[in-house]
Amino acid sequence: MTSENNSSAAFAVKDCALVAIATGQKAQDLRELRDKLHNIPLGCIYYHFWGSRLRPRFDDPQYVNDFATWTHYQVHDETLAERLAIVDPNDFQDLESLRHELIEIVEQRLDEIQWPTLVRPDAQFHFIRSQIVVFDTGHVVESPEGLADVVEHLSLGSVFYHFIDARRRLPTGQNDFVNWLNGFGDTYSELCTRIASIDPYFVTLSELRANLSRAVGDSFGRSAS
Amino acid sequence: MKSIQDYAGVAGQDVVDHLRQLAAPLQGLKIVHVNSTRVGGGVAEILRELVPLKNDLGIDARWEVITGEEAFYQCTKNFHNGLQGTPVPMAERLLSTYEETNAINAEELRPVLEDADIVFIHDPQPLLLLRWIPNRKGKWVWRCHIDLSRPYRPVWKYLRAFTLDYDASIFSLANFAQSLPHTQYLIPPSIDPLNEKNMDLSADQVREICTRFDLDPQRPLMLQVSRFDRFKDPCGVIRAYRLVKTFAPGIQLVLAGGEATDDPEGQAVLEEVRSEANADPDVHILLLPPDADLTINALQRRADIVLQKSVKEGFGLTVTEAMWKGNPVIGGDTGGIRLQVVNHHTGFLVSSPEGAALRTRYLLQHPEKVQEMGTKAKQFVRENFLITRHLREYLSLMVALVYGDEERIELEMHVNR
Repeated sequence: MTSENNSSAAFAVKDCALVAIATGQKAQDLRELRDKLHNIPLGCIYYHFWGSRLRPRFDDPQYVNDFATWTHYQVHDETLAERLAIVDPNDFQDLESLRHELIEIVEQRLDEIQWPTLVRPDAQFHFIRSQIVVFDTGHVVESPEGLADVVEHLSLGSVFYHFIDARRRLPTGQNDFVNWLNGFGDTYSELCTRIASIDPYFVTLSELRANLSRAVGDSFGRSAS
Repeated sequence: MKSIQDYAGVAGQDVVDHLRQLAAPLQGLKIVHVNSTRVGGGVAEILRELVPLKNDLGIDARWEVITGEEAFYQCTKNFHNGLQGTPVPMAERLLSTYEETNAINAEELRPVLEDADIVFIHDPQPLLLLRWIPNRKGKWVWRCHIDLSRPYRPVWKYLRAFTLDYDASIFSLANFAQSLPHTQYLIPPSIDPLNEKNMDLSADQVREICTRFDLDPQRPLMLQVSRFDRFKDPCGVIRAYRLVKTFAPGIQLVLAGGEATDDPEGQAVLEEVRSEANADPDVHILLLPPDADLTINALQRRADIVLQKSVKEGFGLTVTEAMWKGNPVIGGDTGGIRLQVVNHHTGFLVSSPEGAALRTRYLLQHPEKVQEMGTKAKQFVRENFLITRHLREYLSLMVALVYGDEERIELEMHVNR
């Protein structure tokens, strides 16, 4: 069994849970948001784009990151909310570049408006970071065909770990499934392409699991239930 | 006695497996929860369910309750009100009682507290225990269930000093976090879908229980379940009911609440509520005993409109309970209610009796909307506010406390399913 899932050895299924941590940093208007964005830990950027998926929240189909959601519901600046919502973290090499993009977008908006709206004190943006606890489930997938039996039963924590967390963890920026399948040479290149094309950003973790299950099921002639 | 496996039917087997795996590295750990009442209020309810489940997962968890004289509860009620923003007196005499009561309780609990690996202190009542346990070996965590977003500063200044030696604190929402020198975890509370307050009831059971309170089954019913506490704004609910009554003369209102042993103001607020109701035969004020879980369950299932018109609210478990039964909730736009009532999706957020009346009228006229929002509300609770999620976050936090505070904690150990 490998713990890295980066070769043609077996695939170790892991799971994770997030613990959210308040940083005490908050913003009451766009200027403050921009200023804080410069200095908050990168973990906050990660949390507000990805981490909050494992936390209690109402899935808003329009605004998939917390910055856009806050701008829409509290600042009531639709233009900025739309600009922030379209930012796809997958387009950025690292969180530092993503941070700069956010600052750039907010700066641009500040240039356009006369003065930033001050939100109510109890509606401020609170920067949160998280700790991730990763554990081994004891499940091992011996061969790529075995994935078809496993994927649809993965916990949402496992989906998060192998699909979303992996992109930050692996130097290749791939997810764990593609990384593992690539270890078999070109045999599963079609499946790799299909999995790599699944966009994790605009779907919930349950939808992500369903998409993954469908891709794997199709590849091995199984229908996902 | 329920077991963790019983929750697979509601939350899914994968969720239960997940909890077992997360608990594996915590086997045998000695955990102590301390609060100030065994009955009444959300904290006692949560601990009643959470502690046995931790034990079932192989953790040696226990629940201790501190006791005190009337002056102690008077003082801590003042703290509660102050932390939620109300200016309150801080008499030297009461503060002395508070400190002495904690010292006495610390003496009684010393062996348990000194020996514990992790101690969770709930709310301000037992906050000072830490000071009297210098030989503690474990980590101490202050779990604040109160809406601390804008505290009355003198009260917070006094209490904050006692939080500084804690290893961490837990708040329900980021808005409640304060400037503290330790890690502040965010964990919202939860309900137990299998206990008497939330389990499924037959239509006959609901009817039978509601008959006991002379509720007309043919007429619509507004309901608020909560302690008789000014922060819950029961008088505001009566005012909203009156506004609704002009358009829906058949409307009935139930204000159902119990008493918490650590709340000395309940009786006075109850009198205010009775006075506001002015003997209206359609306003039913029910003072329920602490074990009236089935009654509350039935009322929440019978209600046409559920309100939680709080003006301050740490979380509002009654909101979660009502949503779990498929009701949208009309809730005060404050604290933890905002985390649950997603405006226009799982209910409505309101800021006045007029707002509550307006939304009540709307929902009475649109039963299809009630159905749609109620379905969303139940699903939202299933995904986010069941005890299994709460337990998962507690376990993750305990792992983090035991294994260090790095951003990533990789556990080697696993259990076989």
